[in-house]
This record gives sequence, structure tokens and C-alpha cells, in this order.
Amino acid sequence: MSKGGGFQRLPVIVTIIFSLMLMVVPLPDWATPYRPDWVALTLIYWAMMMPRTWSVGSAWIIGMVLDVAQGTILGQHALALCFIVFVTVRFHLLMRVFPMQQLAATIFAILALYQFLLFWINGVAGVNVPAVGYWGPVLTGTLIWPFVLIVLRGVRLRVHLGQ
Amino acid sequence: MVNSRANSSNPARIPALGIRVLLLMAMSILLMVLDHRQNHLDAVRRAIGAAVYPIQVVVDAPFRLWEWLGEGVSDRDELQLELSRLQAERLLTHARLQRLTALEAENARLRDLLEARAQVRDEIRVAEIMAVDANPYRHNIVIDIGSREGAYDGQAIVDAAGVIGQIIETGLTTSQAMLISDPSHSLPVEVNRNGLRTIASGTGEFGRLVLPFVTNNADIQPGDLLVTSGLGGAFPSGYPVAVVETVNRIPQEPFADVTAVPAAALEQVREIMLIWGSSSDVENNEEPSDE
Repeated sequence: MSKGGGFQRLPVIVTIIFSLMLMVVPLPDWATPYRPDWVALTLIYWAMMMPRTWSVGSAWIIGMVLDVAQGTILGQHALALCFIVFVTVRFHLLMRVFPMQQLAATIFAILALYQFLLFWINGVAGVNVPAVGYWGPVLTGTLIWPFVLIVLRGVRLRVHLGQ
Repeated sequence: MVNSRANSSNPARIPALGIRVLLLMAMSILLMVLDHRQNHLDAVRRAIGAAVYPIQVVVDAPFRLWEWLGEGVSDRDELQLELSRLQAERLLTHARLQRLTALEAENARLRDLLEARAQVRDEIRVAEIMAVDANPYRHNIVIDIGSREGAYDGQAIVDAAGVIGQIIETGLTTSQAMLISDPSHSLPVEVNRNGLRTIASGTGEFGRLVLPFVTNNADIQPGDLLVTSGLGGAFPSGYPVAVVETVNRIPQEPFADVTAVPAAALEQVREIMLIWGSSSDVENNEEPSDE
């Protein structure tokens, strides 16, 4: 399983770094609330396809990086990402065989859970945010999911990561 | 052997997943408590920030390149026009500066007479806003100066027209700053005309601040310039913050409804200035309230 682990990990790491870059690229003001959660989508895909290598631990570390990049409370994204990756890993076999619509519905639910966790932590910490803006990324994330799927599948097949 | 059999019979099983996720979540909660209540984790943040820095630089690079190219290809007429404009501006500024020097000397003399503590001039350094979006739900910016250059939490940031915000987190080479328009940001101001002290809070819109604690009978009117009063300790006094736009006195309410337009163009600036307030107590600067 861990044969050539270093080689196999590199392309995945590159996609994750790319998703982090997409999270900080400046967008026009009207578009900012609709920025899809690139990191969450990428991690969901890799957790679904390679749950042994990309599981809760890596999600937690990447969540910490995201916390620093976005200036949120340290541990907020780490907790939320860790939890949704846990859910994904739990159901990864089911999700792999889901037809497209059903998978999209699942992704919608997972992204909603993710946003809810972030929203809830903000609420507990007393950070003042508009509640409505939170559901934009869930919608755009679900819409953009098929493209993320195609791109990441391309990456996976190109480097023969298929299991 | 046993291992491989277990794997093939039940590939869905990931060992100890539940325990791991519980541990990690407990750790996150612990981190959040430590980070939110006492700022114990600055070193951790700084370490991770060093890893984030290359990402920010790569994202920022195309914007910088675009700007640089734009400067390279702007034509001669345009440059000449800008040159003459800048020269005129310089002349004006110089003229004003001459008066300022005289006024400063006079001020120092008067302060001497009053035996007040001498007000040392603030030290200023130019920084740039990086083309990187921080938290989408707050008005935060990332600037290219960090603790290595001496930036500190709570430090005031201004541009040529007025106050922009303050630093809330310093990394080694970059810092996050909160704009005065953020809904959780407030700063002590005074009306330049008569010295009326009050608080200006952000609203979440770039072009609007509110003054929630102005009494109905207070002497304030549209067009009044608000400057920092220096009372909070974080901002040095005397920098323009905003211009009062509307004053709506409601007879039943204790406070009037006052809005103001920030003096600085919060969403347009790229070059900003950091102030090392020598007169204010650096140790005593306050965190922006999160409530």
C-alpha cells in the first residue's frame, strides 16, 4: 500500500496547495461570498479515493494552514475539515458508487455541514458575521463539484494512483 | 498475512478512525480556547505563517507583474502629464509643510510653557497591501510587513488621506490588518471642530461608519471632520478618520443616528503607511473587541 508513497503523494500535495491558492486569490467584492470551498472539495475527493493516505490527520494540518491564511481562530477550519473528512472516509465506498445526482446531494450535505460548523464556532467565539453569506459557498461548491471531480480524476489517473 | 486478509475482506475499515477524529477535534477545541481567550499561540501562528507566505507571494505575483507592465508601457504623454501633476502636488505639499514646521516649533514652545510631555513625532514606514484575500466575512487585509520589520499587534495603519485600520496579527514577513469598516472594529475619535469625543464603528460597508454614542443635543453636523483622539492608546492622535455624512436626531431616542464616510479610500489603496506611535504606550495597545 505504501509502495512509492513519496512519489504518489506529491501530485496530491500539489492539488491541495493549488486549492489553498484559490482560497486566497482576490475576487471582486460581490463574488467573495460565493467563493467555493476549494480546499474542502479537494480534500473530500482525496478522502473518498484514497482514505488510507488522506484522512483526518492531513485534513487537520491543512485546516490549520487555512486558519492562518484566513486569519480565523486557530483550529476552526481544522476542526471543520477534520470532521467532514471523517464523514467522507466513513462513507467513501458508498460515495464512490453513487450516481452523479446522488453524489452531488451528498456533497451539498457535507458542505452544508462544513459551513454550519464554521458558523457555529464563530457564534460561540462571538465573531460577528452575516449569517446569510454562509450559504453561498455551499451552493457554488456543489455546482463546481463535477469539474473538481473531472480535474482531480485526471490527476489521479495520470499518475496511476487508481486503487 | 493476517493484515492483508483483513484488508481484502473489509477494505472499508480504516483503523482507529473514530478515535483519531475525536482526538483531533478535542485538540482543535483546546487550540481555539487558547487562541481566543489568551493569545498564547502567536509562535504557532508564526510558524504556520512561514509556510503560508510562499502561497501568498505566488498569488500576489501576477498582480504585481501586471502593475509593473502597466508602468512599463504607459506612454510618454501620460507620463509627462503625471509628472507635471506630481510636481504641482509637491509644490503645494512643500508649502504646507513649511507652515507645519513653524507650527510644530510653536506647538513645542507652547508645550514647554505648559510643561506638558513633549510629543515626539511618529515614525512612519510605507508598506504594500498584498493582493490576497483574507477572511471573506471580515474586512481584513494582508500587508507585506511583519514582526521582522518591527510591526506589532494593534499598530495603526494610515494612507495619504486618513486612517485605514490596525494590525491584528503579525507574522514574520506579513501581517493581517483589520479595516476600520469591519463590523467588529471601533476606534475613539473626536470632532476636529470642537473636540467632541466619541466612538466610530465599522458597519461592514467600505464607505460608511457609524457613531453610535452621540447624544441628541451634541454639537455635530454633516461635514465635520473626525480625527483620532488617541485615547484608546492604539491610534496616535490627530489623524483624519472620516467626514460626518448624515446626522439624524430622533427625539425619543437617547442617541442620534450619525453616519460618516471614511477619509481613506479603504477598497482602493495599495500603498499604506504603518505608524510607530512614539507618544503612545506600545505595551498598552488594545485588541479590537470581538464582541
